[in-house]
Amino acid sequence: MKIERIKTDLLIIGGGTAGCYAAITAAQNELQDAASSKGANLKILIVEKANIKRSGCLAAGVNALNAYITEGHTPKDYVEYAKKDADGIVREDLLYSISEKFNDVTAHLEKLGLVILKDKDGKYVTRGNRNIKINGENIKPILANAVKKLPNVTVLNHVNIFDYAVHNNKINGAFGLGIENDTFYAIEADAVIIATGGAAGLYRPNNPGFSRHKMWYPPFNTGAGYAMGIRHGAEMTTFEMRFIALRCKDTIAPTGTLAQGVGAKQVNSLGEVYETKYGISTSERVYGTVAENLEGRGPCYLRTVGISDEQEESLLKAYLNMAPSQTIRWLENETPSKANVEIEGTEPYIVGGHTASGYWVDTKRATTIEGLYAAGDVAGGCPQKYVTGALAEGEIAAKSAVEYINATVDCHAPLQGSRNDVETEATIKEAEIASHVAEIETYLSQKNSLYTTEQLEEAMQIAMDEYAGGITTGYGYTEKQLNIAKEKIDVIESLTDKLSATDLQEVMYIYELKERLTVCKSVIAHLATRHETRWHSFAENWDYPEKDNIHWRKYVNSRLVNGEIKTFTRELTAEGQKNYEHQH
Amino acid sequence: MSINIDPNICIGCGRCHDVCPGTLIKINEQKKAYIKYPKDCWGCTSCIKECPVHAIRFFLGEDIGGKGSKVHTEKVNGLIHWIVEFPDGSVKHIDIDPKESNKY
Repeated sequence: MKIERIKTDLLIIGGGTAGCYAAITAAQNELQDAASSKGANLKILIVEKANIKRSGCLAAGVNALNAYITEGHTPKDYVEYAKKDADGIVREDLLYSISEKFNDVTAHLEKLGLVILKDKDGKYVTRGNRNIKINGENIKPILANAVKKLPNVTVLNHVNIFDYAVHNNKINGAFGLGIENDTFYAIEADAVIIATGGAAGLYRPNNPGFSRHKMWYPPFNTGAGYAMGIRHGAEMTTFEMRFIALRCKDTIAPTGTLAQGVGAKQVNSLGEVYETKYGISTSERVYGTVAENLEGRGPCYLRTVGISDEQEESLLKAYLNMAPSQTIRWLENETPSKANVEIEGTEPYIVGGHTASGYWVDTKRATTIEGLYAAGDVAGGCPQKYVTGALAEGEIAAKSAVEYINATVDCHAPLQGSRNDVETEATIKEAEIASHVAEIETYLSQKNSLYTTEQLEEAMQIAMDEYAGGITTGYGYTEKQLNIAKEKIDVIESLTDKLSATDLQEVMYIYELKERLTVCKSVIAHLATRHETRWHSFAENWDYPEKDNIHWRKYVNSRLVNGEIKTFTRELTAEGQKNYEHQH
Repeated sequence: MSINIDPNICIGCGRCHDVCPGTLIKINEQKKAYIKYPKDCWGCTSCIKECPVHAIRFFLGEDIGGKGSKVHTEKVNGLIHWIVEFPDGSVKHIDIDPKESNKY
């Protein structure tokens, strides 16, 4: 294994939607000109575990922009919508800041090459109140091409960041594994943007066999950004608001295209429309489906029978552009005009782009670790951000990070030191590198390990499924069950020390497992804290089956203290609040 | 849910290996691509879109109701041309114009 040291000004971890757009924003000249000593030479480095051309949530494409301010609406309307869907537990300041940017980032994407459907007057064609129609199959190649054209942005593909370098609660860079070139990377940076996405694979998936990775969320998003932050003491928020997607059975393809595109209603096996009975918020749509099944009226479907040939043809194409497996499914069986589409809830995921789990950030997307900014699914408090929200957050985080770099260049405050000091003295010490390398070499040299990484991952998923509200229990849990889940996760975590790997990709799998275990512990702690059921299915607390507005109109936040995740509550930001600053 | 790479067609260019979001595809000593972790495929079809010689087919796992059809895509005159080969030998073609948006 080679060891390589790299120095950059701005490190962006994760080259998905938010990360790529952060790079595009930070590389804009007007921002760099503001950096007095750096001029136009701000060095930006994206480190991506796969390849930015097809990585992150949008690898397969996306068929609509779900967050757009359509004519006759305002950003405030969007904030209200997101607030209602999350039953009040959102950060209004964060939602405002993205909502005000939706249309600008959309225009920018169109300029970069995204195809957006327009009417004969050249206006975007809308789907519902907030959505516009696109051809987003190539959205990642579009973003990757835009990044490639920026002379001061370097991309390191196939390098997996697994730990931050943090000293006195200030980030100085990160450590990574070059899984294709057998290289250990120690990367120093003045500021870091974390954009690694959320976490899939914590719970037993819908199809645990050969198709275990046929899931809604990218199976390669392992919660690395969450875990690194948690371990270094960052404050996190709302991990109890899990996301469960309502999907087409087996293929786990989207249902929104059917519900909103051709107006398909949710019906039970008796043909009764049940969505009106339970409500139509995101969690209620899942909950209704679970409840109908439990009460013996399953399976449940989206009623597509009777759609026109033209609608059917369009659906076959729309799914090829985002979830090709569903089109194959239709072609191998009956097409949607002939048979209703069976639906099911997925295993729970932890995300900050649909629900609100992630770093506790201020309006500028600064985390509670100095110099570390968060964007996209890894940033908490701001649900329903979708693609345009991830772009907006990438932009906000990039501007804030560049501003921070500029301030540390110009400001000779005694606490922060001048840039000259920083440049002459390496901020990552040799001892830190040696310690990481020793750990990696231990995994590479251990032989005859009793358990494999895969076995421990499955054990974790079973524990979470059965005791922390997975598919098996219809997403419900009790405190007693959560205690068992925690015990099991602790045991599995203790077994990871003895795992073995044959190359750095397998070492990465060990680190990914450990990341997931860290996130599991946070999820369990958060679920145990919220003594109410505010969001059915997402946090179905059987000990407290009712909503409790008197005690729980609050954020549940957490921090690692002496190796244990400690939860606490924070008051909601005020109605209409547009700015929030961390209180140090 | 996974892919199948035909070694007789593969030219070992490595483009599929490069774009796979899970880094699941490797190149063997015979300079042929193969999927090292077939159970870990997400089904995103990125590799299929990259392959210059159309050596990669996508299929549904039996556990999610797959019936043996194979799918790939080719770019023809600026159109994305999807080809579904059914087990009985019949074939369905679907053309998508990348300049046109989805209707739904």
